[in-house]
Amino acid sequence: MPYLGSEDVVKELKKALCNPHVQADRLRYRNVIQRVIRMPKLDQWGQAEVLNFLLRYQPRSEEELFDILNLLDSFLKSSSPGVVMGATKLFLILAKKFPHVQTDVLVQVKGPLLAACSSESRELCFAALCHVRQILHSLPGHFSSHYKKFFCSYSEPHYIKLQKVEVLCELVNDENVQQVLEELRGYCTDVSADFAQAAIFAIGGIARTYTDQCVQILTELLGLRQEHITTVVVQTFRDLVWLCPQCTEAVCQALPGCEENIQDSEGKQALIWLLGVHGERIPNAPYVLEDFVENVKSETFPAVKMELLTALLRLFLSRPAECQDMLGRLLHYCIEEEKDMAVRDRGLFYYRLLLAGIDGVKQILCSPKSDPSLGLLEDQAERPVNSWASDFNTLVPVYGKARWATISKYQGPERRGPELPNAASFATSGPLIPEESKETVQELPDSGALMLVPNSQLTAEYFEKTWFSLKVAHQQVFPWRGAVHPDTLQMALQVVNIQTIAMSRAGAQPWKAYLSAQDDTGCLFLTELLLEPENSEMQISVKQNEPRTETLNSFISVLETVLGTIGDIKS
Amino acid sequence: MISQFFILSSKGDPLIYKDFRGDTGGRDVAELFYRKLTGLSGDESPVVMHHDDRHFIHIRHSGLYLVATTSENISPFSLLELLSRLATLLGDYCGSLNEGTISRNVALVYELLDEVLDYGYVQTTSMEMLRNFIQTEAVVSKPFSLFDLSSVGLFGAETQQSKVAPSSAASRPVLASRSDQSQKNEVFLDVVERLSVLIASNGSLLKVDVQGEIRLKSFLPSGSEMRIGLTEEFCVGKSELRGYGPGIRVDEVSFHSSVLLEEFESHRILRLQPPQGELTVMRYQLSDDLPSPLPFRLFPSVQWDRGSGRLQVYLKLRCDLPPKSQALNVRLHLPLPRGVVSLSQELSGPEQKAELGEGALRWDLPRVQGGSQLSGLFQMDVPGLPGPPGQGPSTSAPLGLGPASLSFELPRHTCSGLQVRFLRLAFRPCGNTNPHKWVRHLSHSDAYVIRI
Repeated sequence: MPYLGSEDVVKELKKALCNPHVQADRLRYRNVIQRVIRMPKLDQWGQAEVLNFLLRYQPRSEEELFDILNLLDSFLKSSSPGVVMGATKLFLILAKKFPHVQTDVLVQVKGPLLAACSSESRELCFAALCHVRQILHSLPGHFSSHYKKFFCSYSEPHYIKLQKVEVLCELVNDENVQQVLEELRGYCTDVSADFAQAAIFAIGGIARTYTDQCVQILTELLGLRQEHITTVVVQTFRDLVWLCPQCTEAVCQALPGCEENIQDSEGKQALIWLLGVHGERIPNAPYVLEDFVENVKSETFPAVKMELLTALLRLFLSRPAECQDMLGRLLHYCIEEEKDMAVRDRGLFYYRLLLAGIDGVKQILCSPKSDPSLGLLEDQAERPVNSWASDFNTLVPVYGKARWATISKYQGPERRGPELPNAASFATSGPLIPEESKETVQELPDSGALMLVPNSQLTAEYFEKTWFSLKVAHQQVFPWRGAVHPDTLQMALQVVNIQTIAMSRAGAQPWKAYLSAQDDTGCLFLTELLLEPENSEMQISVKQNEPRTETLNSFISVLETVLGTIGDIKS
Repeated sequence: MISQFFILSSKGDPLIYKDFRGDTGGRDVAELFYRKLTGLSGDESPVVMHHDDRHFIHIRHSGLYLVATTSENISPFSLLELLSRLATLLGDYCGSLNEGTISRNVALVYELLDEVLDYGYVQTTSMEMLRNFIQTEAVVSKPFSLFDLSSVGLFGAETQQSKVAPSSAASRPVLASRSDQSQKNEVFLDVVERLSVLIASNGSLLKVDVQGEIRLKSFLPSGSEMRIGLTEEFCVGKSELRGYGPGIRVDEVSFHSSVLLEEFESHRILRLQPPQGELTVMRYQLSDDLPSPLPFRLFPSVQWDRGSGRLQVYLKLRCDLPPKSQALNVRLHLPLPRGVVSLSQELSGPEQKAELGEGALRWDLPRVQGGSQLSGLFQMDVPGLPGPPGQGPSTSAPLGLGPASLSFELPRHTCSGLQVRFLRLAFRPCGNTNPHKWVRHLSHSDAYVIRI
């Protein structure tokens, strides 16, 4: 237990907070909280802990809420970044029904966050930048006037520069766009190819709103004839003409000459796509594609070949005379000599399509496109603060949402087992299953009790195989009245970590269910529940893959208790 | 709440390992961390990493890695703050924090960790409370002697009073060892500023940013009250006005929680009762509006003959400090285009040195006097260099001739103009001699970039 200044406060706090039915004991909880908040002698670690505990508290009235917020105001100005961020998170969560309070708090935390972004400690800087990005998702204009703080400096490590570039991309507005673009343009010629490419993609991001200036900058970059720059610029153009059709003209004028400087797969694909779709506006499009067709035998990337097929077909529709011969040769090569089956399939498909008639081809390849401006609006929809408020000041923004999702999949449910659902039935039946009372702070379970762990990896086939290989270890009947509600039963079993492999639907005659469970030593319990048409008793058969009577008996009692409770509820 | 804490040297050797909760893995976690760290790709951040169901979070301090693992989703700010505080605390106890001092004081470090963290929860990091519990004494490599003048630098020198302390004077363990009672009571106050500047290729100033800190390292017994007086005319924020003349201005100020500010508003005096050890009294920042001119201006001129591949770069560096000040350890780092073959140089002073290394030019000037101008002419051969098209010599910079970055130190100078007027101790520890007070002002460059 963290040391919060004195022993009896710790005891009181422990008692109040470890009670799962907090709302049942409001008065005492509230008094403890008020007393704790007023403790003047907490050091920064104590303050951060208290702010963390308070996240669980739900104020009863608006008056109480503002009371608490006033008391905590001083924490927002603390010199410890942990305390400031903890207080901010608490404000954001407590005030979830008051967006103007949330915005106020975010304005107050601007100063400390910016100070952290320029801190000497790189790690603190990185954590602060991740949180800045999080805030910008909801309040894009929040840091716009401080854009200079996010300029990258030469000596910073790569990961910080990448974050800063992303932030610059997101805080652009009418007043600072000129300077931000100039700065990003400087980064595009940076020595590090990765960083230059990131800067170019950022310019592409800004181009959705400030198209003309960005296209001009990108066109200038093409003039440098650098491989790593050209390929990314062409990819950016490809993405841009889709979203902002008004820049197509400018892009088409810039494209001739690029093909000499692109060697990688992504760049080639982007170029070929552009030539196919907008080829009628680019004078030498057929000749560039002809180059690619000549060298298709030595082309290593199948994706490029596929793109080439589609593009040439499109161009053929708008400039048939120039492309007919090439198309024939390309199709011949793809169908007869190509070894990659995907490419061959596509070639074959296009050939047959052409055989079906030119009108069919036109219909398929040149049909009206979806309205790109819809995608743009969705993309920019600002997410409300409440969607990420609970992630503020945790490791989630530091990893990024995508990475965090993969991590939490691995972690699985907490070690301490699932929490009790709010169903009243369970509360009244006292300590439902003794092995499960994790709210009382017990460090280790007794060795004799059964600890069931969730095992979602058991497949139906495996269950079946194991079922047939084992002999029944225990069989008994259980008195039952009425029909079974499969959903309730499944949920109740889930709570105690018994997985349902298969269950008949409600009202089926006879009604059967197959369950599996695994305890922490790896011992499997496979169960069959059978309810005969007379509906007076349920037959339970349990098979265990390791003969251990003790744990078997515990498992039976768990199962009986669950079934008993379900039986009691519905009757 | 952390599960394990360990310290690795810069090569990945584990120096300290402590497991608090016993719930995840064992000692091999340290090796796992190092392997993961060195195996990261360039754009992934090493600050927080994940493996199995553990999060690794670390900071680098003096080349050492201080790493904490946790399986909970806790606040990164608190955790990073804890690691920084641990680094400071270890530094206070052992004198300074590096591989040598840690290896000599392993027992002390474990004792500290035991007291600071209990089962992974922070109990206290305050020096006052800890000294009641820590019994082990620090082992230092050699006893400190004020007469060891062989390593005297120019820092801390008050030449009129001829009192000089080497810059390593503050790096001894804070708590007096029982055997050595003769150590003086001393106080070191540093005003340190970091200067970040960005100048565009046409000479206009794009960004200037000063981050300043007033740091106190006190060897006095706790409870001694101290008053620090700052320049009276210094204003906070854009609209405040004090005194006559432009004055000294900072944008924002923040103080340590133990500083009493009653006299700050009227006389710019800070009052505090510092604990022993290191403390950051005040932090301030200033952007866009420096009262004094920038310390350095660079006037580059580039001549590049594409045909013959000859690149000539003439750099004129002008120091705009007041004539009595100087800049030390000035180094100009200029990345060069790929494929530079040879370098010939003409430098304007004998003690300067320029060399080519890792694709960049490094020009070292040990000492630059205020108001002086230094120049260097560098000629290189760069065959086959791509760039803006055009034949014949051109004056535009070729691709890859990167922004020049300067690193330097300015002793006895603060860019914002903020100075400490006095440092008075209210309480005189009886029986001891008058405590020494060392105040120094120092600015150094954080990222001083001039684009070509």
